[in-house]
Amino acid sequence: MDPFPNSSPTPLPSTSDATIQFSDVHIGFSDGNILRGVSFTAQPRETLVLLGETGTGKTLTLKMAAGLLSPDRGRVEVLGNRVSSMDEHDLLAFRRKVGFVFQEGALFDSLTVGENVAYRLNEDGLSEEEISPRVEEVLRFVELEHTMELLPSELSGGMRRRVSIARALVNRPPIVLYDSPTAGLDPITSQTIITLILRLRDVYGVTALLATHRLQDGFALANFRFDPKTRRVSRESASDRNPAGTRFLVLRDGRVYFEGSPEELLASKDSYLQRFLI
Amino acid sequence: MAETPLSVSHQHGNAPDIPSVVEVLQDIAQQTVLKIQDYSKLSFRALTNLAGKPHYVQDTLDQMDDIGVGSLPIVLLSGFFIGAVMVLQTGAQFERFGQTSLTGDVVSLALVRELGPSITGLLVAGRCASGIASELGSMLVTEQVDAMRAMGTDPSRKLVTPRVLASLMTVPLLTTISVFVGLIGGMVASVFSLRLNAFTFWQRAIAILEFSDLMQGFSKSIVFGFILATVGCYQGLNVRGGTQGVGHATTQAVVVSSVLIIVADTFLTKIALFLAEKIF
Repeated sequence: MDPFPNSSPTPLPSTSDATIQFSDVHIGFSDGNILRGVSFTAQPRETLVLLGETGTGKTLTLKMAAGLLSPDRGRVEVLGNRVSSMDEHDLLAFRRKVGFVFQEGALFDSLTVGENVAYRLNEDGLSEEEISPRVEEVLRFVELEHTMELLPSELSGGMRRRVSIARALVNRPPIVLYDSPTAGLDPITSQTIITLILRLRDVYGVTALLATHRLQDGFALANFRFDPKTRRVSRESASDRNPAGTRFLVLRDGRVYFEGSPEELLASKDSYLQRFLI
Repeated sequence: MAETPLSVSHQHGNAPDIPSVVEVLQDIAQQTVLKIQDYSKLSFRALTNLAGKPHYVQDTLDQMDDIGVGSLPIVLLSGFFIGAVMVLQTGAQFERFGQTSLTGDVVSLALVRELGPSITGLLVAGRCASGIASELGSMLVTEQVDAMRAMGTDPSRKLVTPRVLASLMTVPLLTTISVFVGLIGGMVASVFSLRLNAFTFWQRAIAILEFSDLMQGFSKSIVFGFILATVGCYQGLNVRGGTQGVGHATTQAVVVSSVLIIVADTFLTKIALFLAEKIF
């Protein structure tokens, strides 16, 4: 089945500035500091997998990257914008360049699937003639074009997650942030979601931060690639490896505990990291 | 008495710090001031949003339909019977002096100045402030508000301003309808209970009203509409603790908006009477 017959890879905005940079970021709440000096950089077209136990600040990291939260200290730069010091008015405009896939989908439950996906385009004031084909295209990309008129409550958990991905990519953002996109899903549905993320990376070349506690999601992204020509997912060989690639970032006790390639993570003898590998 | 392990541990060490009464009161005062500040900021932004784009016209119309048309049945029913019961209560007193013809005057003044706005405000607060709080609270706990922000939409423009604007426009209309239906109820009761002439009742009810009375009722209804919408939005957008928090916010929205409406009513009455004396 051709998932996106009419869509050739659309040229993205220049990705030379499509980076995410955290510098000595601190954030905490009344019950204590969650992040205490986190620094990392995501290169253009790179997928950075944030690993960590529950409560280590993965979601907070994503929300700060999207400007939904401000750090108490430190600097967050995304696409050349210093997000950590922007006011809300500027952030609203900035966020239109970032796609965010929430853990539970966060679909608007009073709107249909089609209206959910079209939300951002409606906000931009596009005409119905422009919106319809784009909504159909992204829903076809996630293989849910038949659900256009359904309400989110009529979909399964995996389908809601896929609609959320469609909603995040409808205006082709250069950066997509995934908050535990496979949490609570069965292995087959999880695989479908990861394949979608793979295709999004290899077809549209998005830079991504993916928060998860499932190591296999990260390795699937690191070891497989989607070929836009054959439209098949295949194991990545050394020769055709994505130059930007996939890296892992493990958060622990408010700090970056490990940062490196899948190979480096596999080779690590650290007992804490070994617990993720088991 | 022998020292038990329990008493030993109590004496030596890990007992939690118990805050003093002053600290508790200080904390309560800080929290209250913070809430008033947040509420004031939200209310101010709801109004200043009207000055700039985007405007969510369709959302405002939807809210007008929900708040205005949706509240119409309860406002009609309660207005009619409040007018009727006013006539029964006051008529019984006026009968003692043989002045039942004054019933129309009293009922009309009471409805326009006081009962129409306050009863309508309280009824709509009970129905809509709770609805607004639960809707926005549910959106908040399911991250829909964050999703909205993540897609570049300002929730105060999209969610708060349409509700406040719709309430500002519909509550005065509902109050007007309530007063009118209340006078009809009073007329029906006076005809059947006091054997008054319907035309006389109506004529006296209208003749007694002055411009200041209408302005008093109108201004109260606007303020009450503003209170119920902003309190509902504030409670909804400040939900803590998941679905249980939504339930709490819903209750708080009704309680706080009702109390604020009654308190504001007292001050507005005093101001209106002062202005009526000085200006009108």
